Amino acid sequence: MRVAGYGTIDRGRDLSFTFDGRAVAAHPGDTVASALLAEGTRLMARSFKYHRPRGVWSAGSEEPSALVTVGEGAARTPNVRATMQEVWEGLGVRSQNAWPSLDRDLLGINDRLAPFLGAGFYYKTFMFPRTWWERVYEPAIRRAAGLGALSGESDADRDEKAFAHCDVLVIGGGPAGLMAALAAAEAGADVILCDEADRLGGRLLSEDEAVAGLPGAVWAAETAAALAERGVRVMTRTTVTGAYDGGTYGALERVAGHRPRSGALPRECFWQIIAGRAVLAAGAHERPIAFSDNDRPGVMSAAAARSYLHRYGVAPRSAVIFGNNDDAHRTARDLAAAGVDVKALVDCRADVETRAPYPVYAGALVVGTTGGRGLENVVIRHPGGTARIWAECLAVSGGWNPAVHLTCHMGARPLWHDDIAAFVARDDAVPGLAAAGAAAGRFDTASCLADGARVGRAAAEALGHEGGGAVDLPAANGAPYRIAPLWHVPGKGRAWVDLQNDVTVKDVALAAQENFRSVEHMKRYTTQGMAPDQGKVGNVVALAALAEATGRSLAETGTTTFRPPYTPVAISAMGAGARGAGFAPARRTTAHRASLDRGAPMIEAGLWFRPSYYPRAGETTWREACDREAATVRRRVGVCDVSTLGKVDVQGPDAAAFLDLVYAGRMSTLKVGRVRYGLMLREDGHVLDDGTAARLGEGHFVLTTTTAAAGAVMQHLEFAHQVLRPDLDVAMISVTEQWAQIAVAGPESRDLLNEVLDTPIADADWPFMSCGAVAVSGVAGRLFRISFSGEHGYELAVPARHGDALFRLLVALAEARGGCAYGMEALNVLRIEKGHITHAEIDGRVTADDVGLGRMVSGAKDCIGQAMAGRPGLTNPARGQLVGLRPVEGGALTAGATLFPEGAAWRPETAEGHVTSVAWSPELGTWLGLALLSGGRARHGARVVMRDHLRKVTTLCEVCDPVAVDPEGGRVRG
Amino acid sequence: MVRLRAESPCAGLDLPQTAGGATLSEIVPERIVSVMPFRGREGDVDTALAAAGLGWPGPGEVVGGDGAAAVWSGRGQAMVFGAEVAPDGAAVTDQSDAWAVLRLDGPDAAAVLARLVPLDLRRRSFAAPGSARTLLSHQPCLLIRRAAETWEICVFRSMAETAVHEILRAMAGVAARG
Repeated sequence: MRVAGYGTIDRGRDLSFTFDGRAVAAHPGDTVASALLAEGTRLMARSFKYHRPRGVWSAGSEEPSALVTVGEGAARTPNVRATMQEVWEGLGVRSQNAWPSLDRDLLGINDRLAPFLGAGFYYKTFMFPRTWWERVYEPAIRRAAGLGALSGESDADRDEKAFAHCDVLVIGGGPAGLMAALAAAEAGADVILCDEADRLGGRLLSEDEAVAGLPGAVWAAETAAALAERGVRVMTRTTVTGAYDGGTYGALERVAGHRPRSGALPRECFWQIIAGRAVLAAGAHERPIAFSDNDRPGVMSAAAARSYLHRYGVAPRSAVIFGNNDDAHRTARDLAAAGVDVKALVDCRADVETRAPYPVYAGALVVGTTGGRGLENVVIRHPGGTARIWAECLAVSGGWNPAVHLTCHMGARPLWHDDIAAFVARDDAVPGLAAAGAAAGRFDTASCLADGARVGRAAAEALGHEGGGAVDLPAANGAPYRIAPLWHVPGKGRAWVDLQNDVTVKDVALAAQENFRSVEHMKRYTTQGMAPDQGKVGNVVALAALAEATGRSLAETGTTTFRPPYTPVAISAMGAGARGAGFAPARRTTAHRASLDRGAPMIEAGLWFRPSYYPRAGETTWREACDREAATVRRRVGVCDVSTLGKVDVQGPDAAAFLDLVYAGRMSTLKVGRVRYGLMLREDGHVLDDGTAARLGEGHFVLTTTTAAAGAVMQHLEFAHQVLRPDLDVAMISVTEQWAQIAVAGPESRDLLNEVLDTPIADADWPFMSCGAVAVSGVAGRLFRISFSGEHGYELAVPARHGDALFRLLVALAEARGGCAYGMEALNVLRIEKGHITHAEIDGRVTADDVGLGRMVSGAKDCIGQAMAGRPGLTNPARGQLVGLRPVEGGALTAGATLFPEGAAWRPETAEGHVTSVAWSPELGTWLGLALLSGGRARHGARVVMRDHLRKVTTLCEVCDPVAVDPEGGRVRG
Repeated sequence: MVRLRAESPCAGLDLPQTAGGATLSEIVPERIVSVMPFRGREGDVDTALAAAGLGWPGPGEVVGGDGAAAVWSGRGQAMVFGAEVAPDGAAVTDQSDAWAVLRLDGPDAAAVLARLVPLDLRRRSFAAPGSARTLLSHQPCLLIRRAAETWEICVFRSMAETAVHEILRAMAGVAARG
């Protein structure tokens, strides 16, 4: 019910949202949990394994029970904590893990089977037959158990990623965090303050408590304003989810989830915050006490009961309060003052104040509850006997656990402190991170304020910010925290410790009994703490149960490992922007649109997009276009955009010496104005890449690389220079992007070029493998007489701004004389006909000798990879060597197929090599293949069987020279 | 004789665009050259650049004004914008067509960049003028801070479309927060 005069939310305005399709009235500022509690709904979820009815335990992000699915269709988000989801008009929320409905969940049968379904049950029972585990048992078990589910559809909602930097990051905006931020800002530090809630204040928003003579929430609001004045960057609705190396913190901001959808607003933003120092002021979580049936809807944390009252003005009509510390009394006082019928305050301690306007049972215990889909009766045992008390709510306080989770993210374990019966972070568990306030085990408000101010100031000073003075400490409640440890009330029924994974005290004891006594073993045996909440609420109680079962202290038992993220983070937020085409940048040449205009389908080559072929009217398959283009190049002229090839400018007095080091062949003897083909080897002797080196001046070269390896070659060159030969005076830089480069190939290529060059060229001045400056309508360009097709050919480079115009011009002129544009398919056919290699052949495992280029490794000088290429394993004549293949009696060749001796069984041990590239040669009217065949160079004329197990193709082939067209090279030189 | 039409790297990408407090536009510098001094020649190069009103920039530095500027662009490397320089003792290459230069300015510019660039963009860490080689989302970039709220993002010409798309999306996200 709503209590008049309570709550800080906007009670003056109404809105409504739906829960399982039913309208629920709420106010702006409500969470799904507070609104449902306000209308008296306690049942909000079904549990993971037993489908037990569950309500709400907490009022924060640690919530283990009240998980719901928000939204509809593709955008639906499962496992949202009802305690964190703010409501807005039109919000749609559904319960999960229940069928057919939350009220009548048929899988509740699991709960009846509970005696058979304890920890370890599956592993012991579903062992035979072995193969059934993966195929039958596990899928069936997974279907019956679980949380919410994704839609399985592609979600169109967008998330965002962002970076932030600061001197001091303050995690948590409660009393300690507010003071830490204020003190650090006063000292002159640049501060970011993150808080999970929609506003600052933390626990102050949930208590009836004065700070500096003001209501806590008012003081928090005033302090927030003071922080803004000092330039503190306040990030609300932002949960710091992980502590990583180098002062990096992950944080998830809820940007759009709390309001109606609008346009470009991202759903969530995943922040990477890099901070010089951090203050962990994340507060503490109230823990339960394990007793029989302590999971019924209506059983909640006493602190949460106060939160709902003071923040949302929501309270049960009647309540029993059970605790082992003074917060139980505070809860009873607050609820009674609000008009709640406090039926009983049950304190396990005997020496407590019993004068109160409600019954106080000292030295008493709650031993169980009754009820169906919600709490009905609380059963207590007190010095005078037992009693059954009807109540709507049972508020439980088992003490507080400091939120030490972030301090454990880099491997440190917290220390047990007997005085407060809690684990507290070690100093510097995460370098540069210090805990303050309740997170450091200081639970009263006055201590939190003072601690925050101290730790915040220290963080700033550690970074050299020592300005201002000490901040004034506001007066606040300093009542000490008094607690008597109580973990488990023995009894008959099941006493729950992990509400999210359905783990009981008995499961923990069973683990210990079966010798899973280490805390990490117990965790995996029972799944305690392995749910998305990582056991924030129940872990310490489970550890106490394990300690009890093994006869050890809690300090000896230790904790399990908390890992990032502190609260669940959607992968879509971490990977924001990197979906579909956003996964990698697209690289487009300047002729991209010109190729699209001609209807060319694009294929990806690394990040580049390249035209596959240029279809013409009447051509119905890619092969028709490809055959035509290849034939046109051989007979007339073709134009191809080769701008994607890597180009590296190398200059300096030692440029030639440097190239001798990185190329297998000798480049220092190259004359100015000439081009040489070259191989680069890796240090291990295998081929890294192939390309050309053109000498533009005495100390000036331009290298080309393959498209795919351009980056790797640049890296290799930088390594060779910076690490291997820093003594060489050479400078290099990529000029790939500067130049658009167009190949013109075919018998008419020179004639075509002369139509565009300002000064026509003659064969005598431009022999094969020459290069030099040319001009195209006044634009300074570079011409290289090189050929990948085996035809008389050139590559013409102009500054990229003219790339589109030059490509269109050359294609138009080519077409006018019966030539055409050609794409990657035809380029591939032409090079296979000529036996030229690509990375299909030099796949990282082959040597220069393997591909028939062993003679290029100059014996007269050293180069990277030369020594290692001489190893016996790399010079073995039985290695795969590059050969050509042709079908003997028809049939197709397929790339990737395996080669076997004729008549041999097709087995891995009989395989002799594989097919690297294939093409239909329009020139020769046959399939041609390139292959790496064991000892292949000596086997020209022999036969091998090509078998493609994937495509079920078998073809008898003749081994031949890789060069099938114009082996003498007359065309390219002519 | 034919004439070869020139196209800017962001032709067809519908710039400039404004969203919230940030505007993205394309800059087409007159000329960009890379300068990499040979060993021991930084002094000579500095002198030669000084003749053009510039100088050799140290790491992260920009020497010059809004027009001509020598921008540090890596180890032993600078990009000279808007000046015809060819200092002796250095490897010089024409890079005028290699970069797409995007100008992002306005009060929200830094917030937009924070969606894409991992660097600390606070003024005490990244002064204006200043430069850095970094990542813009998944692609490499040369980032230049010309003034407090004016940035130039130089990306590979071939990646201009992706860069513009990603910056516009970041701008829309920041603008939508209001």
